[in-house]
Amino acid sequence: MGTKDYLQDIGEIKELMNKSSRFISLSGLSGILAGIYALIGAAVAYWLVTNSARQYLILDGKIFRLVLLDLFLIAFVSIITAIYLTTRKAKKNDEKVWDVSSRRLILNFLIPLVAGGLYILIILGQQKYGQTAALMLIFYGLALVNAAKYSIGNIRYLGYIEIVLGLICAMFPGYGFWLWVLGFGVLHIAYGSLMYFKYDMK
Amino acid sequence: MSIITNINKAFDHRIRLGIMSILMVNEYADFNTLKELLGVTDGNLASHTKALELSEYINIEKQFIGRKPNTRYSTTKLGRAEFKKHINALEKLINK
Repeated sequence: MGTKDYLQDIGEIKELMNKSSRFISLSGLSGILAGIYALIGAAVAYWLVTNSARQYLILDGKIFRLVLLDLFLIAFVSIITAIYLTTRKAKKNDEKVWDVSSRRLILNFLIPLVAGGLYILIILGQQKYGQTAALMLIFYGLALVNAAKYSIGNIRYLGYIEIVLGLICAMFPGYGFWLWVLGFGVLHIAYGSLMYFKYDMK
Repeated sequence: MSIITNINKAFDHRIRLGIMSILMVNEYADFNTLKELLGVTDGNLASHTKALELSEYINIEKQFIGRKPNTRYSTTKLGRAEFKKHINALEKLINK
C-alpha cells in the first residue's frame, strides 16, 4: 500500500465516523423560515396585547390564551417546515431521515427542551410568568448545545448565544419580549442564512 | 519497534477499517446499520466481523427484538487500543 492509499483510508475513516454518529442534513433554510415565523408570531402577539383593553398581559385572560395559541402555532409551523426541508435535503445527500443518528439527535434535543417546557408550564400555573421568555431562551439554548454533539457541530454556538440572551433576559424581564424576538427571530434568520450559504449552496 | 509493525494486519482492509471506525464513535451498531453504512453484502460483512471477533477486537451480542433476531457489535478495550495504534501508525507513514 502506498501513501496515497493510506491517505484515502484516513479519509474514509473520518467520513464513516461522521456519517455514523452525526445527522448532518439539517436545513439552513428551515432556520431562516423559523425565524420569520417567530417574527410574524411576535408581531401578532404585540398587536394583540397593545390593542387589548389593559395593554398588558394577565394570566387566564382571553388575550393570554390567544398569545399561547400564537406561540404554539409558531412552534408547530416551524417543526413542520423543518421536517419537510430536512427530508428533502437528506434525500439529496443520500442520507436516511429516520435512522439511528437522526433519532439520537432528536432525543438529545428534546430532553432539555421538554424538561424546560414542562417547567415553564408548571411555574405559569403558579402565576410566575415574569421569567417565561428567559426560561424559553435558556432551555432552547441548552437543547441546541446538547444536540450539537450529534449534528453539525456549530449549532453549539447558536446555543451559547441563546443561553446568554436568556440570562440577560432574566436580569431585565421588562425587555423579555424584545429579547425573545432577538433570540428566536433575528438569530434564527442570521444563523439559518449562515448555514444556508455554507452548506446548502454547495 | 519499527513503525511498520504497528500497522495492524487485522485492520489492513477497507471493510474491517470501516467497521472499526463506526464502532469507535458509537456505543454499538447493529448488523443492518453497518451494512448500510459500508455498502457491503451480508456474507462479506459477516466474515469481516467474524475475523475482528476472533482477534477479540469487537464483541458480538445476539438478541431478539420481538421475534426478530438482532446482532449488535461493539468494540472491546483491546480493539480500541489497537485501532488507535493503527491510526497513529498510518499518520506517521503519511507524514514521513
